Amino acid sequence: MNNPTSSEIELKLLIEAIYLKYSYDFRDYAGASQKRRVLHALRQLRCESISELQAKVLHDPDTFMELLQYLTIPTTEMFRDPDYFLALREQVVPFLKTYPSLKIWIAGCSTGEELYSMAILLKEEGLLDRSIIYATDINPHSLDKAKKGIFSLERVRSYTANYQAAGGKQSFSDYYTAAYDAALFDRSLCENVSFADHSLATDSVFSETHLVCCRNVMIYFNHELQERALGLFHESLCHRGFLGLGSKESIDFSGHANAFEPLVKAQRIYRKR
Amino acid sequence: MANVESAQRITAESSGENLEEKIKKRNIEAIVIGTSAGGIKALLGLLGNLPQNIPVPIIIVLHMPESRETRLAEVFQHHIATKVVIAEDKDRIKPGRVYFAGPGYHLSIERDRSFSVSCEDPVHYSRPSIDVLMASAADAYGAALAGILLTGANQDGAEGMARIHEMGGLTVVQDPAEAEIAVMPKSALDLFNPDFVFPLQEIQKFIFRVEQC
Repeated sequence: MNNPTSSEIELKLLIEAIYLKYSYDFRDYAGASQKRRVLHALRQLRCESISELQAKVLHDPDTFMELLQYLTIPTTEMFRDPDYFLALREQVVPFLKTYPSLKIWIAGCSTGEELYSMAILLKEEGLLDRSIIYATDINPHSLDKAKKGIFSLERVRSYTANYQAAGGKQSFSDYYTAAYDAALFDRSLCENVSFADHSLATDSVFSETHLVCCRNVMIYFNHELQERALGLFHESLCHRGFLGLGSKESIDFSGHANAFEPLVKAQRIYRKR
Repeated sequence: MANVESAQRITAESSGENLEEKIKKRNIEAIVIGTSAGGIKALLGLLGNLPQNIPVPIIIVLHMPESRETRLAEVFQHHIATKVVIAEDKDRIKPGRVYFAGPGYHLSIERDRSFSVSCEDPVHYSRPSIDVLMASAADAYGAALAGILLTGANQDGAEGMARIHEMGGLTVVQDPAEAEIAVMPKSALDLFNPDFVFPLQEIQKFIFRVEQC
């Protein structure tokens, strides 16, 4: 391996400074995409170097909040990977229906696209009224946006095909009100949603759950942090509880591999042994 | 053949060093290739005769429509003796393999030479993006990297190739005169002077030389 460049050293120091000052722990995030996001933030925040950004971040919490928006990855869509939601509907929901009440954890919910997809699915399966959904993220701005349930109309329209491919039973537009270029999602979808600031890197388990969905979050973690997150999910899940991961995520090479069995392997849906 | 000769002439003039010297100087440990429109045909031509055991892994971003499933590895495996796989998150990069970036995610290389994927916004409307792969590969391998940019219809890859060049790696751009779609190689040539501008036939020889087949 070649020696770290100056900018890589600066990056490491910035991440350490953020942890010491604000307790946000990005130290075990995968390096390549983190570097890309910091370099992008540099340009947007008009800093010449990462060291200059570090000084600003240390002395100005507002700059940190701005940087946090770049460090976290809000890119997501509703019913991303429709086959995953179809598999949830066909192969997990029948088990969920056997519980009198349900607790579901959307870990790393970002701006809420995954959350609304899940709420719509639960509603159509008659489970929403007896479910409590915990939607957690480390970014307070993302959580606020998720709570508001307002998305760009253009993007929402592009999710319609996903919704249908995911086995949607209604017309997707039944779930939102369009106004100008925005789509406001039905408030009732979030009646039983508890939004919370929670870090998979530093916080512990807060509730027993029947289903944990954490998709395209752990790809940004290094192996150690992935192990920590999977440990939290395992601890939170009830006996024979379900875990849904992103299409590029797997527990096969994890120390927790034996604690789960694949339920729908292709869609990365696992069940606690 | 006229194209071949002119390209070699340009190269010899601009580089001052020949191919053998440039390869010898670096202990190349990985080859990254980027391409889009026309890429399947070009890649089949380039990799078709590779033997099973290649010491230097080849990592490829080929722009494809963002469908959820891909038969890319199967399609290429049908024509190539080397093992062809889709690069998976956290996989250690191994010799003897041709890796493709899967659809819908960016592919990066970490400093410990494992893969990572991410679903940040597309770059140049592309996810996976050639720039993303190449810039991260340049960080991971430094001068021990060869970057190849082939036919394509947008400018993704130009910055990534420039980054490889900046970090001391070897850069080869397909001769735009020969490329099925010249936009991609031309964009790179507009941005920096690569080590070589070659037609496919010469690029194939280059790869074989790096792999010492």
